[in-house]
Amino acid sequence: MAQATVDELQGLTTADGTPLRQALHRAERRAKVRAFLLVAPLLVFLTVTFIYPIAQMLFRSVHDATIVELLPRTAEAFPAWEDRTQLPPESVFAAFAADLKETRENRTIGQVATRVNFEEGGLRSTFTRTARHIDDVEDPPSWRDWLIEDNADWGKLDTWAVLERLSHPINALQYLAAVDLEYNTQGEVVAVPPERQIYVPIFVRTLWMSLLVTGMTLLLGYPIAYFLATLPLRTSNLLMIMVLLPFWTSLLVRTTSWIVILGTEGVLNDILVWAGILSDEGRIQLIYNQTGTVIAMTQILLPFMVLPLYSVMKTISPSYMRAAMSLGAPRFLAFWRVYAPNTLPGVGAGALLVFILSIGYYITPALVGGRTGQMISNFIAFHMQSSLNWGLAAALGGILLAGVLILYALYNRLVGVEKLSLG
Amino acid sequence: MSQSLTSLPPYAGPVEKAWYVIFRVICAFVFLFLIAPILIIIPLSFNAVPYFTFTSEMLAFDPAGYSTRWYEMFLTDDRWMNSVKNSIIVAFFATLLATFLGTLAALGLSRSHMPARTFFMSVLISPMIVPLIITAAGIYFFYATVGLTDSLLGIILAHTALGTPFVVITVTATLIGFDQSLTRASAMLGASPSTTFFKVIMPLILPGVISGALFAFVTSFDEVVVVLFIALNPEEYTIPRQMWSGIREQISPAILAVATCLIGLSIALMTVIELLRRRSERLRGMTPQ
Repeated sequence: MAQATVDELQGLTTADGTPLRQALHRAERRAKVRAFLLVAPLLVFLTVTFIYPIAQMLFRSVHDATIVELLPRTAEAFPAWEDRTQLPPESVFAAFAADLKETRENRTIGQVATRVNFEEGGLRSTFTRTARHIDDVEDPPSWRDWLIEDNADWGKLDTWAVLERLSHPINALQYLAAVDLEYNTQGEVVAVPPERQIYVPIFVRTLWMSLLVTGMTLLLGYPIAYFLATLPLRTSNLLMIMVLLPFWTSLLVRTTSWIVILGTEGVLNDILVWAGILSDEGRIQLIYNQTGTVIAMTQILLPFMVLPLYSVMKTISPSYMRAAMSLGAPRFLAFWRVYAPNTLPGVGAGALLVFILSIGYYITPALVGGRTGQMISNFIAFHMQSSLNWGLAAALGGILLAGVLILYALYNRLVGVEKLSLG
Repeated sequence: MSQSLTSLPPYAGPVEKAWYVIFRVICAFVFLFLIAPILIIIPLSFNAVPYFTFTSEMLAFDPAGYSTRWYEMFLTDDRWMNSVKNSIIVAFFATLLATFLGTLAALGLSRSHMPARTFFMSVLISPMIVPLIITAAGIYFFYATVGLTDSLLGIILAHTALGTPFVVITVTATLIGFDQSLTRASAMLGASPSTTFFKVIMPLILPGVISGALFAFVTSFDEVVVVLFIALNPEEYTIPRQMWSGIREQISPAILAVATCLIGLSIALMTVIELLRRRSERLRGMTPQ
């Protein structure tokens, strides 16, 4: 059958006289729109209930208008402070005094003090006390002298530097805090002293624990995936239940059972004491610490490793190994040189998925993590619910989300999002 | 035929024989590691005393060591019963919404004309990937501004968002093997698009839709992080939220009774999914590829 050339096609028209090319374009565009319209409802729904809320939350990490709104005169006066090696000019002090009086009247001084205190611990009382004293003061000769006399903190360059930095509604202060950096007196960004570093060690711990969990799931998951993939289908289907049941069982149920098993009065310790391996006084603490968290997370995430490994191993023909062995390779060598390389896509898929899921883990560390097993998610929750330092929670969340999205993009590229295995 | 890899050939040497045994022992241990934590809960939930370990009476199979008191406690406690009611309401509506939205989206994504398919697919799957704490924090602020905190509706909407990726994935997977010429044949025979959908497409993708719905149901039934943030009033607690309080505050074996009931539920759901998967594989084998 001869192919129509482009020239010939251009001459063709449909029944109503429109050129064929144009009609085809229109039909294709219509098909595109129709396909998109089917996706649109979910896209809109997720944008409203999921994407927009997260974006709005993350915006808090760089946007904070507390000081601009509550100390407006001060924020406006700060540009007059040119020489940063000296205290700000009298105009800034006067503006600040006026603002402080107003925050006292509006009862907003608490918000200001809290915000400043997140930046520089100890400043809360400086603000609240001075605000209490400033009520009865009417136009002293110099606000500067009055303030410094009221509290020596007002004579410190640092106090004013902190306030000046906070007077910019868009700033990176929370991100600096989230990676344990701060401004020094000279206005340079420096690392906070090691004994005050909190979040970098937590990020490192989160990565370390996630790597450990990924490694453990690979170590435990590989043999059973291989075992399942090489068994006759009937037997492997039966054993597969052992992998799928944990997958389907509530996360809280599994975490509870680990508390039951690993507790000092728990089943495992009882067995060890009964077997004479441990003395009754020598019971070991296996839960409410990092060890317990890693053990529980390994069991909880193991199915996410086994399932992709299994589906890849299922496609590897056993004749490859047989060919290698008939050519003289010992069984182990045949496995290592022929079979194992073929399973790499499964290893990559499983490891990436487990790693992505573990760096954002919250429930298990929160319940069994104790002090040493807390991960970054737990600190985000802490700042959300207890310290109410929402900006910092948002910055920590922003860093975590960026990490996860990079890994997710990597997963999409290497494995393909449509291959996400669900058992 | 594939069993030749794990079964032992008659000429195997002692090293291979030993390895064969060791390998099976290792696998047995891993299976034990996977399943023991789930199974151990079941007998312990019948403990007669408020301990989380086996008492000597239990080990001696003395009937006095066992009781159903924790089940009674669970079934007669208002807070637990209220949480069961909430969980069922939330999971039901979240599943319904997620299945509807997810199936539509999957149908669109599977069309050959879908623009930027990979991009949209990854966006729609992202609720599954984004750490729950981030989702929960975002929803917490958002709900505070629109007044949805402390309402079941708020939880339903959040759980719908978290459940849709599962529906999208399972339905898209059933559509991969879907023969597009069937819809064309149906249209050619005079069926309207809606007839084609309900008579031709729906029966074929139904197994995927149902498994997606079950995944969405379980996701909602098991989700606790978002609920922790947006349900501040015990009136709106769901089962996992109530368990969370139980584990954190007043740990009692009633939790083990609840856990055992949940395990029963997961076994039931897992069985349904497995049967559907097999049916779907059979059906797919019948349609020309």
